[in-house]
This record gives sequence, C-alpha cells and structure tokens, in this order.
Amino acid sequence: MADLTVTVVSADEQIWSGQARMVVARTKEGEIGVLAGHQPLLGVLAAGEVRITAADGGRITANAEDGFISVENDTVTIAARAAALV
Amino acid sequence: MPAKVRAYRARIRSAQTTKKITRAMELISASRIAKAQQRVAASLPYARAVTRAVSAVATYSNVDHVLTREAPNATRAAIVVFTSDRGLAGAFNSNVLRKSEELSELLRSEGKEVVSYLVGRKAVGYYRFRRREYVRDWVGGTDNPDTATAKEIADAVVAQFVQDTADGGVDEIHIVYNRFVSMLTQTPEILRLLPLEIVEGVEQPGETDVLPLYEFEPDVNEVLDALLPVYIESRIYAAMLESAASKHAATQRAMKAASDNADKLIREYTRLANNARQQEITQQISEIVGGADALSTS
Repeated sequence: MADLTVTVVSADEQIWSGQARMVVARTKEGEIGVLAGHQPLLGVLAAGEVRITAADGGRITANAEDGFISVENDTVTIAARAAALV
Repeated sequence: MPAKVRAYRARIRSAQTTKKITRAMELISASRIAKAQQRVAASLPYARAVTRAVSAVATYSNVDHVLTREAPNATRAAIVVFTSDRGLAGAFNSNVLRKSEELSELLRSEGKEVVSYLVGRKAVGYYRFRRREYVRDWVGGTDNPDTATAKEIADAVVAQFVQDTADGGVDEIHIVYNRFVSMLTQTPEILRLLPLEIVEGVEQPGETDVLPLYEFEPDVNEVLDALLPVYIESRIYAAMLESAASKHAATQRAMKAASDNADKLIREYTRLANNARQQEITQQISEIVGGADALSTS
C-alpha cells in the first residue's frame, strides 16, 4: 500500500517530515487514525499526542497543542502552534 | 598649530569616530539579517499549511462564516502598521508610514473610518507627534518577533472584527509592512487580512470537476472558528518576521552609506587640512624672505 507523506510543523519550525504508514491524532471528537487513501479531512486537534508509524516501522510521537490536521491526496499535515517531538 | 588646521583636524577626528560606530552597526545588522531570514524560512512550512487549510475550507465548502463575509457597506477599517523600534534604517519607517497614510486616505475616500494599531516605537512616535489617535500599540520587540506578540495582535484585531460595527467593531483589517524582496530592496506592502480576499495555494476547481468530499471534524463552522484566527496570527507573524528582516537589511545599507560618506568626508578634510598647512608654511616663508629682503636693502 502506498505511504502517506507526513509533515508536522509548529509556528516557528518544521518538526518532522517523511513517509509514514499510519498517523494517529487526537481531534476534538476523539482519536482518528489515518491510513493511505483516506478521504480529505480537516480536523481541529485537541491537546495530546500525535503518533506516527513511519514507513520503516519506526514510531514517532509528538505533542501537539492548539492546531489542526489536514489530509489531502495522501498528504498529512499536522500544524500546531506548539508542537514538539517526545 | 594655526586655527584653521586645528578646526579641520577636529572634524576629521569626529568623522573617524562616527565611522567607527556606523561600521559596527553595519556589521551587527549584517550578522542579524541571516538569522532573521532563517526565521522567515523556518516559519514558512506552518504558514503554508495554514494557508492551504484555509483555502481548502474556502474552496470546498460554501460556508458562510463571520470572518469571510464581506460587510455590504463597511464603515470602519482597521490598519495594523509594522514599523521598527529604532531608526537609522534609511527610508524603512517613513516608507511604510507613507504607505499607511495613502491607505487611510483611500479608505476615508470610500467613506470608512480608520482606526490604527501600531507595532514599533517609530509608528507610535509618528502618531504621538501628530497627536493622532490609535487603539493600541506594541513596542520593544520588533527586532526579534515572537509568536506570543503575534497572537496578541491577532486576538486584538479579530476581537474587534467580530464586534458589531455599532459597538466600535471594524469591518475590514489591513496590514502594512515592509516586504523583504532582497538585501537591496524592501518594499512596503498592503495586505487585506479580513475579510479574506484571495486564498492562494489550492487550485480553483474547474466547473466540471467533482469536488473531493471534504470531511470536517467536528464540523465546518467549528473548523473555521479554530482555523481563521490561526491564519490571521500566522499572517501577522509572517509580516513581523519580514519586517524584522527588512529592518536589518535597511539598517545595513544605511550604515554602509554612512560609513562610505564618513570616508569621503575624512578624505576631503585631510586635503583641506594639508592645504591650509601648506598655505601657512608658504606664508611664513614669504614673510621671512620679505623680512630678510627688507633688512638687507636698508
């Protein structure tokens, strides 16, 4: 299956970017998991963890606060005012 | 030493010390431009993500949101002017202030009342000196803008935008700032923040294209509620960063011109001083020769 292109950015820098298999984020309505082929989505993030399973199987966890997730054509962007890798 | 020569020497010394100062300032700004540019570059991914998201909402949903709605007959507009805290930057501040004056003229001619928000001591000084009213100012951080200040400014203007016009709210928000084009050019620019004008980044769908079905969580309105202030904030932050980078570039150029001018002055005064000294010597010789002649003939 195709991979997702994921970018995690905070207001003043890019935190992480790369290929990933799955992204799990916490939106205001609950956790959402995104795989390749997901329909376009724009969600408001609640404070919490964003978990990314990279294409090579590695796991990346980031704290994101006050931001949003956007999914479009297998491109996932997590933009948050404050974000940091854990 | 004769008076004339002494006067020239004093001027040379003064030009030399001034040159030392301007040279130092030039070097300081030069080192800061690079850092400021890096910060602009670092903030780009976020700004791009926010812009794309906003345009996605604007393009793929027909939502009627207070922040995107065009007021039918706008009566009041807010201008946010981004200047610097210090001068010594050539026409940097006067350019942006002049641009904001033009904009206010234009808005007034359209029958809108103009309210101002000022960033940077220079703008505050300009308004105070002319005894003009302004709503709020932010000073002291223009060399090193931070997101907290950007958020404060964004919150203030969005709050006033959301307010009813009758209660002192505004219908439009414009920002005026210096855009960093290159090390040599910084142009003052006007941008209408609200209501949203054009959102770039996403291609406008063709007539026949089927729009991708966007999913919004929790729903469109709440997404917009959360997104638009963030968008405004990111635009304001970007303007602050650009303005800071431009300021450093402008300072560097102004200080380089000042140092060059000091060099020119020093050269000129050295020539004049040499001239004066030579004249003095010539005069003394002719006096001595004249005196000796007078003695020998008598």
